[in-house]
Amino acid sequence: MCLAVPGKVVEIFEENGLKMGHIDYAGAISRACLEYVPEIRLGDYTVVHAGFALSILDEEEAAKSFAAWRELQAAAAREGVDLFGRPLADADADADEQE
Amino acid sequence: MKHLDEYRDPALARKLLAEIAAVTTRPWVIMEICGGHTHAIIRHGIDLLLPRQLELVHGPGCPVCVTPVALIDQALALARRPEVIFTSFGDMLRVPGSRESLARIRARGGDIRTVYSPLEAVNLAVQNPAQEVVFFAVGFETTAPGNALAVQQAARLGLTNFSLLVSHVLVPPAIGALLAAPDNRIQAFLAPGHVCTVEGLQDYEAMAAAHQVPMVPAGFEPVDILAAILLLVRQLEEGRAQVENEYRRSVRPEGNPAARLAVEQVFQVCHRTWRGLGEIPASGLRLRPEFAAFDAQCKFALEETGEMESPQCISGAILRGESKPPQCPAFGKECTPEHPLGATMVSSEGACAAYRHANRQ
Ligand code: SF4
Repeated sequence: MCLAVPGKVVEIFEENGLKMGHIDYAGAISRACLEYVPEIRLGDYTVVHAGFALSILDEEEAAKSFAAWRELQAAAAREGVDLFGRPLADADADADEQE
Repeated sequence: MKHLDEYRDPALARKLLAEIAAVTTRPWVIMEICGGHTHAIIRHGIDLLLPRQLELVHGPGCPVCVTPVALIDQALALARRPEVIFTSFGDMLRVPGSRESLARIRARGGDIRTVYSPLEAVNLAVQNPAQEVVFFAVGFETTAPGNALAVQQAARLGLTNFSLLVSHVLVPPAIGALLAAPDNRIQAFLAPGHVCTVEGLQDYEAMAAAHQVPMVPAGFEPVDILAAILLLVRQLEEGRAQVENEYRRSVRPEGNPAARLAVEQVFQVCHRTWRGLGEIPASGLRLRPEFAAFDAQCKFALEETGEMESPQCISGAILRGESKPPQCPAFGKECTPEHPLGATMVSSEGACAAYRHANRQ
């Protein structure tokens, strides 16, 4: 009931006085009520629970936290080590192995 | 989505794991309270990749798992009535009551329909004026806004044949009860990302301060979960207890005000019994008296029934984070997703089912 991946709003319409939308999950389209995200626009990504969109995903924030983790990685790299503190050459070899 | 695939990047996940290993110096116990997190952790094998000193315990955050047998029995009583069309999310159908399940009643010809949204149940009431449509309103803070709007919509349409059987539960009081238990081992919480999306962070900030326990709301991708665990371990190691929001792309500090307002207009806080945990004060929602006409318990004068769970099932201990599914003697033997004995096996988000689906012993 509470698992959710974000979907993309591909259509917005009204039904029985409620703001509704069609949401695209990588090709599978489902309906959701958009009353709780009144400012949502076509193309926005949203998290839907039990037929209701609950938030509009903020791309900027998504990019920011991702960038922060990347930075962590880069800081370690500048010291020539991965986050285990091992020399980077080893780490890369290790990473290739696991890929 | 741009920035979604990145949250599944295996190289970054490995780096985060490495950083977690680097900062962990002592054993810590972290609970993921949300069934969605449990599912993601087991599916990606995250618990197996963490340093040995870190223990993840699974919490009671699956509404299907914590709905008490007595309430399932009330649902069954309603579903047996000839004038009732009983509607529910699909995952409630196989939950065993004290004697049978909704699925069995449906197999015998009962009119039980699965819906994806409570608004579908409202539409059914419009289309079937001669029958009573009852919707089984279970769930946490994430499903309450939808159910609130369904009631408001039914009132607007003047429906007299629509009602909810309400079994809503709230996460923060359950966290409080777990922390207050005398044998509590939980030192930090991976907070529920979508519950916080609705409710915001206030309650979690109060809880972190009062119990000196770090809390990090997290998204549901592998990198989200690892990043949140790293934030938690850093806090634990440094002796801090704060709310740090890993899931900023969805969780705003104030939550979703429109959703919160609708919930407040339609529901009020009440005591609730949780399957496996017992009664927790102020841990549930029920319809406000002005919406009593939409309350199936009042409308059909439902009686409290006795409650009987399988004596073999240890799901109570699993929901409290005391035991893991493979420790149950029935796990994978008498109890499987096809023939569940307890609620934690019934729901695909339940800890027992998550272990079973991932083929974990
Ligand atoms: S395996 Fe089945 S019987 Fe055992 S705790 Fe889980 S749900 Fe209960």
